[in-house]
Amino acid sequence: MNSSPTFPAVCTENVCRYYPMGGSIIRAVDGVSLTIERGEFVALLGQSGSGKSTLLNLLAGLDRPTAGLVVVQGRDLAKLSPEELARYRRNDVGMVFQAFHLIPTMTITENVELPMRFAEVERSERAPRVRESLERVGLGHRLEHRPSELSGGEQQRVSLARALANRPSLLLADEPTGNLDSRTGEDILNLIRDVSLSLGMTVVMVTHERALAERFAQRLIFLADGKLLPAVDPGPQASPGFGVAGAGETPA
Amino acid sequence: MKGYDLFDLAARNLRQSKLRNGLTTVGISVGVASLVAMLSLGVGLQQLASRRLAGSGMFDTVFVTSKQDFRGFDRDEDRKEQHPENAPVLDEPARETMAKLKYVTEVEPEIRVMGEILYGGQTHFGFVTGLPMSARENEAFDNLQGKFFSRPDADEVILLNDFAKELDPKNPKELIGKEVTLRYGEHQPLAADSEIAGRPQLSGERSSGEPAAPDAYGFSVVRRTHPLKVVGIVEEEPYGGMRTVSRGRIFLPVDLTENLNMAEFSDMRSPLRGHGRTFMTLTVRVKDPAKVAQVQDAIKQMGFRTFSVLDATKSLRRFFTVLDLFLGIFGSLALAVATLAIVNTLVMAVLERRREIGVMKAIGASDGDVKRLFFAEAGAMGFFGGVLGIVLGFGIGKAINFGTGIYLRNHQLPAEAVWILPTWLIGAAIAFSIAVSLLAGLYPASRAARLDPVQTLKYE
Repeated sequence: MNSSPTFPAVCTENVCRYYPMGGSIIRAVDGVSLTIERGEFVALLGQSGSGKSTLLNLLAGLDRPTAGLVVVQGRDLAKLSPEELARYRRNDVGMVFQAFHLIPTMTITENVELPMRFAEVERSERAPRVRESLERVGLGHRLEHRPSELSGGEQQRVSLARALANRPSLLLADEPTGNLDSRTGEDILNLIRDVSLSLGMTVVMVTHERALAERFAQRLIFLADGKLLPAVDPGPQASPGFGVAGAGETPA
Repeated sequence: MKGYDLFDLAARNLRQSKLRNGLTTVGISVGVASLVAMLSLGVGLQQLASRRLAGSGMFDTVFVTSKQDFRGFDRDEDRKEQHPENAPVLDEPARETMAKLKYVTEVEPEIRVMGEILYGGQTHFGFVTGLPMSARENEAFDNLQGKFFSRPDADEVILLNDFAKELDPKNPKELIGKEVTLRYGEHQPLAADSEIAGRPQLSGERSSGEPAAPDAYGFSVVRRTHPLKVVGIVEEEPYGGMRTVSRGRIFLPVDLTENLNMAEFSDMRSPLRGHGRTFMTLTVRVKDPAKVAQVQDAIKQMGFRTFSVLDATKSLRRFFTVLDLFLGIFGSLALAVATLAIVNTLVMAVLERRREIGVMKAIGASDGDVKRLFFAEAGAMGFFGGVLGIVLGFGIGKAINFGTGIYLRNHQLPAEAVWILPTWLIGAAIAFSIAVSLLAGLYPASRAARLDPVQTLKYE
């Protein structure tokens, strides 16, 4: 669905994001260069504070790099105006969060419709698109309920449906299973993989659950102290040295 | 984001905290109501004053006197005048010139003479005043008993109620339609000057700077009677006159008074100054009150002294401008307080909805969208506050009118609307309320727009 197939989906070059904190500077992302191909499902792994969420926010256009390039589909995000960046977020990116971040006062339908309001989708087009998105994540009922009336897994499905509402080419998921039990977490990742396959979407998922990442992602990228660690292929041959403290842990 | 979605989201957010937003809106409405009530009171009072003045029949009138007269309306101007004896006199040609001026509808002398009415074998003394036909419009004739003069030279008389009671203490109304006899002094020029019987005469002697002959003019006063039919009885004296202290009680059509050639006090000046008979005051009526100043200037150019109520209303209008300003300031105080309430409400909303604002930005809302959303909420509160305020202000105004009505009636005065809500004020008040609310929304909206989504979305 994109105009220039020669570009990779996402490409960063020596991207840095530093925060001033107190008197010192936190180097959250410190010179990361990576390329993610179109349709790839990539997992960003690392301990908390490793900079994986910051990198995701840079890809999402929610944050701007201190230095370096973030190029998504041939566009340098750093060069976009705030208005263009907002348009990029609403048309090209879908986001899923650990805490779901649904609007509690809106019904399921209204939550999924919200991005279409910002994208100025015609009103007559919205209802079928909302239905389509919700069906894609397997939710066909309780559409007029509020998020608080749903289970965690259902809420994450709604969140995914909302991320799909404007038919983005890039799905960014920030610890999507962090608030779910292991079975529900697997369901959600299955769903994300199926959706990305059927829509040809590129997926970047931040997680610290290595076991899940190895099962679903095509590639694992490890971050530590804002820097990329040498790439590894997913699978049993992955070097044990990259073990993550909380790997495999699941909230009860 | 399109307008529909903007207002839908704003309305949804406003409904979310009904009590808080409702109270803020009521606060705005109280502010608007006080502003509207105050300004309407100012407008009402001004209209009341204007109505009173217009009813007095003086708004469209210029009073003209000669500078030769010892007393003017403007003392400062009198002192400046070095040679009043050279000033033009108010004579018939001057009157005709004035009558030809643009916008002038009528130029009539103010005639007030002593006279007597003979009725039922009794003699009743009173001042006789000539009234132009335009006097019909005067508010004094609003409750005239009987009729007004049929023609400007009809042998008819209208009596002041007090005077009618003197004639017929039991049933003064019975006088209408009856015949009475007027006794008056006729002004008769001496034989040498009396070829022209009509009055007033222009002194032919006073030409080309030649001093007037001291004995060139004189007149006799001859006792005459004239039959008149009583056509009406009036409660109050119209105009009240500008200069004469005595109250007129007997009113004749002005042409009749002129035809009868009645002797006036001011006639005494004519032999002294050596010119013919002149008018003491001419009343110039102007078609449109707006043209009074123009006519006044034209007459001043002719060398006469003028006075109009316009001079008096200038200071009146200044007074009302200041009054409106003060009423507006007092009315705005409540609205200023309400504005702070809007700021407070919206800042709280920004704090409460931090996470929500972050989510909106993450799924594609621009800074502008967020800003506009808060503006829409502020504007909506302003709009509803404005509408409610108009209703409230209208109620307050009705109460003021009701209260003053009771007060006036208790003082035997007709009730009058002192509070008037002009249509423009309805629109202006709502627009002002929205504008003020948007202004109040400026800070909260930009604060919401500046929120960093990364910070607000951090998992806690």
